[in-house]
Amino acid sequence: MNKGRYGAYGGQYIPETLMNAVIELEKAYNFYKNDENFIREFESLLREYAGRPSRLYYAENMTKDLKGAKIYLKREDLNHTGSHKINNVLGQVLLAKKMGKTRVIAETGAGQHGVATATAAALLGLECEIFMGKEDTERQALNVYRMRLLGAKVHAVTFGTQTLKDAISEAFREWSRRMDDTHYVVGSVMGPHPFPEIVRDFQSVIGKEVKEQVQEAEGRLPDVVLACVGGGSNAMGIFYEFINYPEVRLIGCEAAGYGVDTERTAATMTTGKVGIFHGMKSYFCQDEYGQIAPVYSISAGLDYPGIGPEHVYLRDIKRAEYVPVTDKEAVEAFEYLARTEGIISAVESAHAVAYAMKLAPAMGRDKIMVINLSGRGDKDVAAIARYKGEDLYE
Amino acid sequence: MNSIDRIKRVFSNGKAFIPFITAGDPALEVTEKLVYEMAHAGADLIELGIPFSDPMAEGPVIQAADVRALASGTTTDKIFDMVKRIRKKCDVPIAFMTYVNPVFAYGPLRFMQNCKESGVDALIIPDLPYEERNEIKPYCEEQGIVFISMIAPTSKDRISNIAADAEGFIYCVSSLGVTGVREKIGMEAAEMVRSVKAVKDIPCAVGFGISTPEQAKAMAEVSDGVIVGSAIVRIIEKHGLECARPVTEYVKSMVSAVKRVPLDTK
Repeated sequence: MNKGRYGAYGGQYIPETLMNAVIELEKAYNFYKNDENFIREFESLLREYAGRPSRLYYAENMTKDLKGAKIYLKREDLNHTGSHKINNVLGQVLLAKKMGKTRVIAETGAGQHGVATATAAALLGLECEIFMGKEDTERQALNVYRMRLLGAKVHAVTFGTQTLKDAISEAFREWSRRMDDTHYVVGSVMGPHPFPEIVRDFQSVIGKEVKEQVQEAEGRLPDVVLACVGGGSNAMGIFYEFINYPEVRLIGCEAAGYGVDTERTAATMTTGKVGIFHGMKSYFCQDEYGQIAPVYSISAGLDYPGIGPEHVYLRDIKRAEYVPVTDKEAVEAFEYLARTEGIISAVESAHAVAYAMKLAPAMGRDKIMVINLSGRGDKDVAAIARYKGEDLYE
Repeated sequence: MNSIDRIKRVFSNGKAFIPFITAGDPALEVTEKLVYEMAHAGADLIELGIPFSDPMAEGPVIQAADVRALASGTTTDKIFDMVKRIRKKCDVPIAFMTYVNPVFAYGPLRFMQNCKESGVDALIIPDLPYEERNEIKPYCEEQGIVFISMIAPTSKDRISNIAADAEGFIYCVSSLGVTGVREKIGMEAAEMVRSVKAVKDIPCAVGFGISTPEQAKAMAEVSDGVIVGSAIVRIIEKHGLECARPVTEYVKSMVSAVKRVPLDTK
């Protein structure tokens, strides 16, 4: 009980069959994270291929309209493949290649991580197979086709709720069948050690850039940083650099679905309790017997009954706060951002925008707020139309 | 007799045959009946699965059994009650097989107290590896429940630590992947058993993939016992409430294949 702990959380709760695979990964990561060639290649991929640094955009219209804090948007939606997922994926697929792996597998919810993994695999010449809940393959049919265009094989998972959690279980099962030549590219700051650490490190570029960019624009650090949280990779990516600056308030916005007092919710921090699942001790939505609850959110990317262990630790030590945001609030924010700033964001990211809309007016005009706009919303347009009662299909 | 001695006894009557079924699949009354029948048919230890919503180490057959069991309203408490009923009529050693979250959510101490009180002898948790055993194992020790350790074909240099710490018997996973019937099973198990015995004189039972009497015999020849799950669960799936007879016939055929292997074969 010592590896990969964040307070009481984290750990390596996986079948024995997989243990040497995560130990091998940990050794490789500890070597390559300090290897100058690896760092140079990774940074070059982020810059030349993913298009980093992403912009820190001053949302002037939104700021004027809300009459409060000065709002900046971290434009992860402008990365290649349209979300922050590419940061982690380029790192992990490069690491897999260095380890001599020839095949990568990954889970995906909304499809963004699957598309990013398929992209990196195509670029770096590895085979790729993606596991996706059947319900999600239907909600996000375009992304399925996108992955296939990129040369990946997509498996629709029909077990359980047929969403992200089932896709993750199936990816772990597949990894336990074949690990000699295969790396599992975990998509969030979750799973057994060393995944939460690896994903956090590869995503921490977001916060590092924000810190420099906001210093340059404002000459100081922001007062508050907001991000949506499912597993929590974009949030950890933007939070991590600021953890040692207690004056920067960190707020994670989780998906409340129909509301935290209903069963149709995915707000793990608000409605879950401590448990052990998917390789980690963390918070999970579950019943009194420890059965994992079927969760719900309009956003396939936040539709997960758990959260990364380091987030729970940050909440316990009162370094970060986590708030629920409903489908309705997220959709309103999605539409608001489109009309006000001309940006169609991912419905996941819209959860952070929604809370910002509540918080900003209550803050002084001398305050600075940064919202992580983790992805673009092209993939959500049809679903939002249907939510609004329009019979639109992709 | 305490649980450690009862688990020892499992391996004293020839090579052991250990069937697995998911409690509550398709109903707890059926599970109870199957325990009596399988014990009568010669099963040396019965593994009862506490169903879990998201069984990461299971293939499709046992995943479906977990779904059926949960759909029939099975809970950890109802399973404890069933074991209490079984213990009034039947002395066969029983091991629970479940995932770490149902035990953790129940409260490991309360879980082990109930195991002791109802008459469960051992506990197998596939998603609790050696490094994390202290999450649960100390509570097992405190209540005298045998904590079963697992090794896999990938364990290699980990075997010596796992074996040194193991008690009761070691569950050897025959091959990579999850549970489920396999057409062919490699002989990695033989090497795994040898590695264990070099460290500690402890029985080794092989599971994952075994379905035919020939496979059972081959595995019994290189180990101390054979664990069979998916093949039985498939029969339950096919016959539903009427599964007792075909399951019993199957268990008899497997017991006889395993018992034909002399005890000193390794």
